[in-house]
Amino acid sequence: MEQQQAYKAIEQGTFWLPKQGSTLAPIIDEGWDLAMWVNIIFFILVIVPMVLFVMKYRRKSAAEVGAPAGHNTALEIGWSVVPLAVVMACFLVGFKGFLAASVVPGDAYEIRVTGSKWSWTFDYPNGKSSPGDLVVPAGKPIKLVMSSKDVLHSFYIPEYRVKQDVIPGSYTTVWFEAIEPGETTVECTEYCGGSAKAGHSDMYARVLVKSPEQFKEWLEADEFKGMPPAEVGQKLFSKYTCNTCHSVDGSPGTGPSFKGVWGREEKFADGSAGVVDDNYVRESVLNPTAKVVAGYAPVMPSFKGQLKDEQIAAIIEYMKTLK
Amino acid sequence: MAETIAVPAHGAPAESGRNYFNAEKGLWSWLTTIDHKRIGIMYLVSVAIAFGLGGFFALLLRLKLLSPHDFLISREAYNQAFTLHGAVMVFLFIIPSIPATLGNFFLPMMIGAKDVAFPKLNLLSLYIYWVGTIMALSTIVGGGVSTGWTFYTPFSTGADAGNVVAMTLSVFVLGFSSILTGLNFIVSIHKLRAPGMGWYKMPLFLWAVYSTSIIQVLATPVLGITMVLLAMEKSFGIGIFDPALGGDPVLFQHFFWFYSHPAVYIMILPGMGVISEIIGVHARREVYGYTFVAYSSVAIALLGFLVWGHHMFVSGQSELAATIFSFLTFFIAIPSGVKIWNWLATLYQGSIALTTPMLWALAFLFLFNIGGLTGIFLGMLSVDIHLHDTYFVVAHFHYVMMGGTVMAFMGGLHHWWPKMTGRMYSEFWGRVSVALVFVGFNVTFFSQFIMGSRGMPRRYYNYLDQFQPLHAFSTYGSWLIGAGFLVMLAYLLASLKNGEKASANPWGAASMEWDSASPPITENFVGQPVCEHGPYDFAAVQAKQKGA
Repeated sequence: MEQQQAYKAIEQGTFWLPKQGSTLAPIIDEGWDLAMWVNIIFFILVIVPMVLFVMKYRRKSAAEVGAPAGHNTALEIGWSVVPLAVVMACFLVGFKGFLAASVVPGDAYEIRVTGSKWSWTFDYPNGKSSPGDLVVPAGKPIKLVMSSKDVLHSFYIPEYRVKQDVIPGSYTTVWFEAIEPGETTVECTEYCGGSAKAGHSDMYARVLVKSPEQFKEWLEADEFKGMPPAEVGQKLFSKYTCNTCHSVDGSPGTGPSFKGVWGREEKFADGSAGVVDDNYVRESVLNPTAKVVAGYAPVMPSFKGQLKDEQIAAIIEYMKTLK
Repeated sequence: MAETIAVPAHGAPAESGRNYFNAEKGLWSWLTTIDHKRIGIMYLVSVAIAFGLGGFFALLLRLKLLSPHDFLISREAYNQAFTLHGAVMVFLFIIPSIPATLGNFFLPMMIGAKDVAFPKLNLLSLYIYWVGTIMALSTIVGGGVSTGWTFYTPFSTGADAGNVVAMTLSVFVLGFSSILTGLNFIVSIHKLRAPGMGWYKMPLFLWAVYSTSIIQVLATPVLGITMVLLAMEKSFGIGIFDPALGGDPVLFQHFFWFYSHPAVYIMILPGMGVISEIIGVHARREVYGYTFVAYSSVAIALLGFLVWGHHMFVSGQSELAATIFSFLTFFIAIPSGVKIWNWLATLYQGSIALTTPMLWALAFLFLFNIGGLTGIFLGMLSVDIHLHDTYFVVAHFHYVMMGGTVMAFMGGLHHWWPKMTGRMYSEFWGRVSVALVFVGFNVTFFSQFIMGSRGMPRRYYNYLDQFQPLHAFSTYGSWLIGAGFLVMLAYLLASLKNGEKASANPWGAASMEWDSASPPITENFVGQPVCEHGPYDFAAVQAKQKGA
């Protein structure tokens, strides 16, 4: 199941770089520009003499020998010290930008990020959970406190010049301030495996930047208000990427298909058997490796802390409709 | 009587026709040889096969990447393909490459010795390489490995990473081949130099190989231990790296890169040594600033141990550690620059012949220059935040490893081909090959700099549609590279049968390996040679040839 058609292309700013979507981007790009100038100048300083010398000093006769060489200490010192000064300048500019990226503004709005194979979930201070969509207000610093449920991932927003590895067992932080309302794309940028249908290169997320007022509205809204439970379940089934492993039409996948699953008798990998009922579904969502259907690998991630009981109930209602 | 083969001062009488290649016949004589030259040739065949295999995986994954969607191979197969491409190229090809082939063949000859200090240990290194190779390749059938060549935890200790234990243990075994080669070379250079050959009369290739050997001996054990720890954790559930067992995943990265950063200097230093030889000989001018070039190899070897954390700026290591690593990283630019400036100064007022080896050396200067300079983007903390784990990094390391080491290796192979085989290859086809590889390389990898800075991550099976044109362009380049190397294989093999017979010193070089016949006799020289002039004293060589 390929998800990237739903994701917005990374907008180009210049030939080399994406557009500058955050307040940090111009600072990073200053460093890029310095490195680019150094690259161009030193490329010319090496290649032009190389080409000129090859043309000028072509061997003219079979017995010709080059001029006696030797060394020139002053020259050696010169072409060591000058480049050293240049790269030290590069270090300092890089360090300055690094400070800007690392020091989180005191008034930043904190959002928790969870990475797991192969999706992102964002949890807000008021308890709202948003799988796949990082909704933020424009013009305000946002601090992301991030952790992984399984392996290393890395949270990368190219338009914002923001990147930080996401580690299981500990928290890392990154911050940004989006300049204006709009949308951009998050990419996972630490290889984290893959299965038949999904993997590292499908682990995108959207950053939806709203005006501060619209953000407040979104934060307090219940998007599933008034919706029948089975419909809520269907939306959650897709939002939490259950569909990348469990098909609904009977086609094979990393996990069992949910077509006709409700009430089905299953054999498990440990030899026992059981019926797919409320208890089994709830257990599989929270502790997936407890009873794995025979013939499938024990690779389902846990949704403990991500799916609340009402949400699991809604998904169960949806499963009942899949005949 | 010798036709075109001149009899050098210490070469064997040509009529005997006896050389290291035909001295003993039969496969068994090769498999049990202790002749460094035969060992070098067997390594050459082995690493050439490894290069072909690694290249096959590269072509396969680049073919898939023509499409941004599911195509040609599955996601899992792709993940295994890029893992094997990296592991084969790093451990089976580039780490042994120049030292085990050209180093083994020519180090003893360049110092006027009969063999390395420990010839049997040398053969053991080769056996260990073969065993490690078989172990590594067996993982292909045993479930594959899909962790990337870097084996980051906890993915690599998890259930869906593949045959990680077999792969890490094969890397452990291969490490010993590297360590023993390094040890052999260090002792040989200290103990076996001919009378008259002081340290500063050695060809610069040997300073480079010596520095490489120091790294091999000091750094490789750390890789070995890391691989064993990883295998133990995966097999016995000891919690060193997996946080679920109380471990620290970033610790693995520190251990891994503590070896793998110095490893890249194992990869490049011998190449730089080869370039010194090629430029000196084919511009027929003593390498400018000999002492500085010699010491720059040592400096790179030592500094290389201090910068591993620049692979980990966004890994979660402390900001202070990241800052220190960035600061130290920039210092390595200086000795690398010293070499480039001195090579340019050697070309100045030289007598430059655009032979195939020289063309490879010029390709090296162009491509390694770009590779090294783009390291500046990555060494800068702020810019690296944007570029880390994107195709920009992939382009950077291919420019230095392939545009650097492989170009130098090809140049060395062509420079010393007459000596090793007694044959000249076709100069025309040599040039065709350089052109195909040089153009193909830039097409393949320059487009990857652009993709990376625009936000294309590494190790992606599918990707955003916007990157498709650059990916396609990169793939077409890979076909040019493949064609270039196939052409090379063809004309080099053809030269063995039909190549013009080579004289002892077709380039007029001045280092001691050229004082032997082409190909050399098993003992290299007749009697103990004495070092009578510097390694780049071309005027002395001409005088001797006139007088002889």
